[in-house]
Amino acid sequence: MKTILMLAMKSLRNRFIMVTLTVLSISLSLTLLLGVERFRTESHHSFTNTIAGVDLLVGARSGPIQLLLYAVFHIGHATNNLSWQSYEEIKALPEVQWTIPISLGDSHRGYRVVGTTPAFFDHFTYGARQPLSIERGDPFDDLYDAVIGAETARRLGYEVGDTLVIAHGAGEVSFIEHGDKPFTVAGILAPTGTPVDRAVYVSLEAIEAIHIDWRGGAPLPGVSISADQARRLDLTPRVITAFMVKLKSPIATFTVQRFINQYPAEPLTAILPGVALQQLWELIGVAEKALFAVSIFVVVVGLSGMLTALLTSLNERRREMAILRSVGARPIHIFGLMIGEAVLVTSMGIALGVALLYLMFIIAQPLLLSRLGLYLGISMVSPFEWLLIGLVWLAGLLVGIIPAWRIYRLALMDGLSVRT
Amino acid sequence: MSRVVELSDLHFTWPRSTQPVLSLDALQVNRQEHLFIKGPSGSGKSTLLGLLAGILIPQHGRLSVLGRRLETLGGSARDRFRADHIGYIFQLFNLIPYLSVVENIILPCHFSPARANRIRHQGTTAHQEALRLLAHLKLTDPALLCKPVNELSVGQQQRVAAARALIGAPELVIGDEPTSSLDSEHRTVFIELLFDECARTGATLIFVSHEVSLAALFGKTLNLPEINRAETLAAEQ
Ligand SMILES: Nc1ncnc2c1ncn2[C@@H]1O[C@H](COP(=O)(O)OP(=O)(O)OP(=O)(O)O)[C@@H](O)[C@H]1O
Ligand SMILES: [Mg+2]
Repeated sequence: MKTILMLAMKSLRNRFIMVTLTVLSISLSLTLLLGVERFRTESHHSFTNTIAGVDLLVGARSGPIQLLLYAVFHIGHATNNLSWQSYEEIKALPEVQWTIPISLGDSHRGYRVVGTTPAFFDHFTYGARQPLSIERGDPFDDLYDAVIGAETARRLGYEVGDTLVIAHGAGEVSFIEHGDKPFTVAGILAPTGTPVDRAVYVSLEAIEAIHIDWRGGAPLPGVSISADQARRLDLTPRVITAFMVKLKSPIATFTVQRFINQYPAEPLTAILPGVALQQLWELIGVAEKALFAVSIFVVVVGLSGMLTALLTSLNERRREMAILRSVGARPIHIFGLMIGEAVLVTSMGIALGVALLYLMFIIAQPLLLSRLGLYLGISMVSPFEWLLIGLVWLAGLLVGIIPAWRIYRLALMDGLSVRT
Repeated sequence: MSRVVELSDLHFTWPRSTQPVLSLDALQVNRQEHLFIKGPSGSGKSTLLGLLAGILIPQHGRLSVLGRRLETLGGSARDRFRADHIGYIFQLFNLIPYLSVVENIILPCHFSPARANRIRHQGTTAHQEALRLLAHLKLTDPALLCKPVNELSVGQQQRVAAARALIGAPELVIGDEPTSSLDSEHRTVFIELLFDECARTGATLIFVSHEVSLAALFGKTLNLPEINRAETLAAEQ
């Protein structure tokens, strides 16, 4: 057994290039397979983590997935706002425990600016119902205070006390800035691994203040209200983008949802975040399944590469098998040698593939976080991934059986005299 | 036990063949004998060696090698028997390309604890024994030992193969035309080295070749067609 393993290893080393290529193709195919699978679970996990402990999400009338995406994940834009009045009325419903209003539409150097109230810091939870915590500084107090996410602070190198200027619009590059009303960083949030890390939070009044001399998305010509003048005006928001609702009892969820969806004053949409997420998964599930199927095919291609390599070497190896037989190797040894080589190649491919997977995630993690706000955790190999790895290994073993069986038959037939 | 090989009324037919290749009434080879077997191509020389090595089994007859009735042994027992007691040299391509010279030589010790033990009883290791055999076979250049085996000359390869057949002192050494690829000068040198080593360990040597000129070097010569009745049996039918 030890001898056979030693022979298998030396034989593989002897065919270094073929083996390297085969190992590489198996490992890359496995990386793809596991990567697709891991991206799926981690992105689901990340999305699910982002919103926890909210019963309803309310916005202007739109599709549930769209509402979920722009209000929570900061992907895409709201087409409409909802009025402050509606918000106040719904907030006052007896079933409602608390609400978090949010107002979107501005940005700071590519990071979303979210107008909200201190309720956000008090009530918002993520992941396993963890509350937000302010790592340095305090929640906003002054009108022109901002609280920034951990990633925003780290990327832009901001500290408490630094000033920042908010730009109009949510694009990466914005030319119209609210330069007349600079903000001060009052607090920096602890990292959460959610889009919260990549946002800038200010009060709803501040959002109102910076737009007070604006109409319809542009500054009013000839009108200029300074930062201090604005403080003295009525800054009650007129519109917000969306709000999150926590009910006193989840039993009331559907009643309240129906009430909001049939709200007489304006068309609104209330969604259950969990249900909307489920719809989102169903939507992208097709693509995920297709991708998974493709990656399985790639694994099959990788393994058939190994089969080809093993089969093409069979004839030239009959001689070697006769030599082994002459020194007392049993036919089963010949069989084992062949299987051993396939298993070694597959195992090396798997080991390299898993290493590549982690390397890929380590490289991709910050990129995905900064580009898409998608936080992909780097976790241990999951049971399902072990299952996939096990199946690939088993497939490698099965692939090894084909040439092993053929050479076994040949070795029995050849005995000590190879005739071709 | 003075008879190393003793067979009687032996018939062997290849699978998918109707005619026997070998039909031998009797054949004996004595201990320490150097037997030269000749015969034209296709006369069954290699087949006979396959039988003696326990790779093939006769359909009929007695085949006793070193006192063991091979035709009664199972496959694994015959493989074990070959590993323990027989050294085999092919005509060409004797060496496993991905093993070094020394690894090739000590290969039988991996498959036969008996051979490994015999070396240990001599108070040496397989590696040292391999080097000693190489030295006896006039392969001492250290650069040679590091070379990939397929870069050795054919004569060198055959000597390495001889060392592998001889390591661990098997009682029976079989050569299937081991000198056919050598020129006449190397041929004689090779055979003499083989004789020396066999004499040292008391091994019996069975040597197949159609180089009739070599027969003079051997104690006994057998012309296979003379004792093989397969052809005549076929003719009678
Ligand atoms: N593996 C095999 N399967 C079927 N028939 C075989 C096999 N090996 C040999 N034979 C047949 O057995 C007969 C004897 O072959 P063998 O190899 O024993 O002859 P040989 O005397 O060694 O010849 P050579 O001098 O050419 O090596 C031949 O007719 C050959 O076709
Ligand atoms: Mg032959």
